[in-house]
Amino acid sequence: MAVAQEKTSPQMLEEKTLQERTPQENTWHGIVLDTLKHNDVRIIPYVPDRVLTTLIKSLHADPFFTTFATAREEEAVGIVSGAWMGGVRGAVLMQTSGFATLANVLASLAIPYQIPLIMIVSERGTLGEFNYGQSLVCRTMRPVLDSLAMEHHTITRLDELEFIADRSIKQAVTTQAPVALILSPLLTGGKVFDK
Amino acid sequence: MSTAMRNTKVMNRFDLTSRLVAKLKHEEAVIGGIGNTNFDLWAAGHRPQNFYMLGSMGLGFPIALGVALAQPNRRVIALEGDGSLLMQLGSLTTIAALAPKNLTMVVMDNGIYQITGAQPTPAAQVADIVAIAVASGLAHSAWAADEEDFERLIDRSLAEPGPALIGVRIDDKPGVGTTRRDPVQIRERFMLGLNVRQPL
Repeated sequence: MAVAQEKTSPQMLEEKTLQERTPQENTWHGIVLDTLKHNDVRIIPYVPDRVLTTLIKSLHADPFFTTFATAREEEAVGIVSGAWMGGVRGAVLMQTSGFATLANVLASLAIPYQIPLIMIVSERGTLGEFNYGQSLVCRTMRPVLDSLAMEHHTITRLDELEFIADRSIKQAVTTQAPVALILSPLLTGGKVFDK
Repeated sequence: MSTAMRNTKVMNRFDLTSRLVAKLKHEEAVIGGIGNTNFDLWAAGHRPQNFYMLGSMGLGFPIALGVALAQPNRRVIALEGDGSLLMQLGSLTTIAALAPKNLTMVVMDNGIYQITGAQPTPAAQVADIVAIAVASGLAHSAWAADEEDFERLIDRSLAEPGPALIGVRIDDKPGVGTTRRDPVQIRERFMLGLNVRQPL
């Protein structure tokens, strides 16, 4: 798993504006992938979510990234924390309910050890949720983030996505503090009255 | 499958940790799991490549996996208690799937939560952690029969492509030292030790 070596330098990747992107690139998942790459974020453990499927597929298809599933979100946080201490950046993908399992690891690893943990959370539980449990657990997410004074942004618009994600990743790295990027159904379409 | 475990000698965590540390000559990274596991790593003598966990019980192996992925040319050793591992058994399958060649895992198994009052773990009387590791896809997993066997298994894991897991039965003694609880300094010194950072 030679993640650190033999990979493209992020400086070699061209920055593209929204207008210059192809239709495929000009999607929320295309912008997230590009923004991770431009910021040299390479290790992407995830616990899957239906909304994140296209992003996860594109990450798997791109050899710049080491993308893999973990059994729990906590485990993924441990992995990217270790990777960052070893000199390689990572980000964790998860769903709202997965974030709800993280209070202990945020309070005992990411924050006190000053680790720039980057979390990308697909938001369930609002704007058309059909599962009562999801709507309840969603209500715990922002209070937990706020109670730990963690940086978090809810992204609702495609034209703001790159700015928020890019700036937040850079801020996490330079201030050595975790950040949660919450992808609203307004951005992704969410998951609606499905099987 | 538990026969192998029952025939193993009951050893001591600090003694085994000291034997391990004495073998490290190539700036190997060592991750010490929460509680007694990292207390004994601390007591065995601080090294710049040691990382001590002051919380996040169960994440010793995942943190070590992250270091191993980031630095594929450095050997990474993770020390974890049986109670901690029970919190993240799923991580064994992640490690088996990624199969990092440079990762060695040691499970210190006393069957109790020593630090909270020596209550038995749910696994103590019924489960075999090395068998669980094998069934999780970690083929190079073995119980150490005694101290000499532990040293042999460590030597082998440092010389051959991994991942490898070594189970050791240990006594109910507490850790010998107490890690200084300074998470920022622990993390920063670890990163210096891994040549990720340069001193100011």
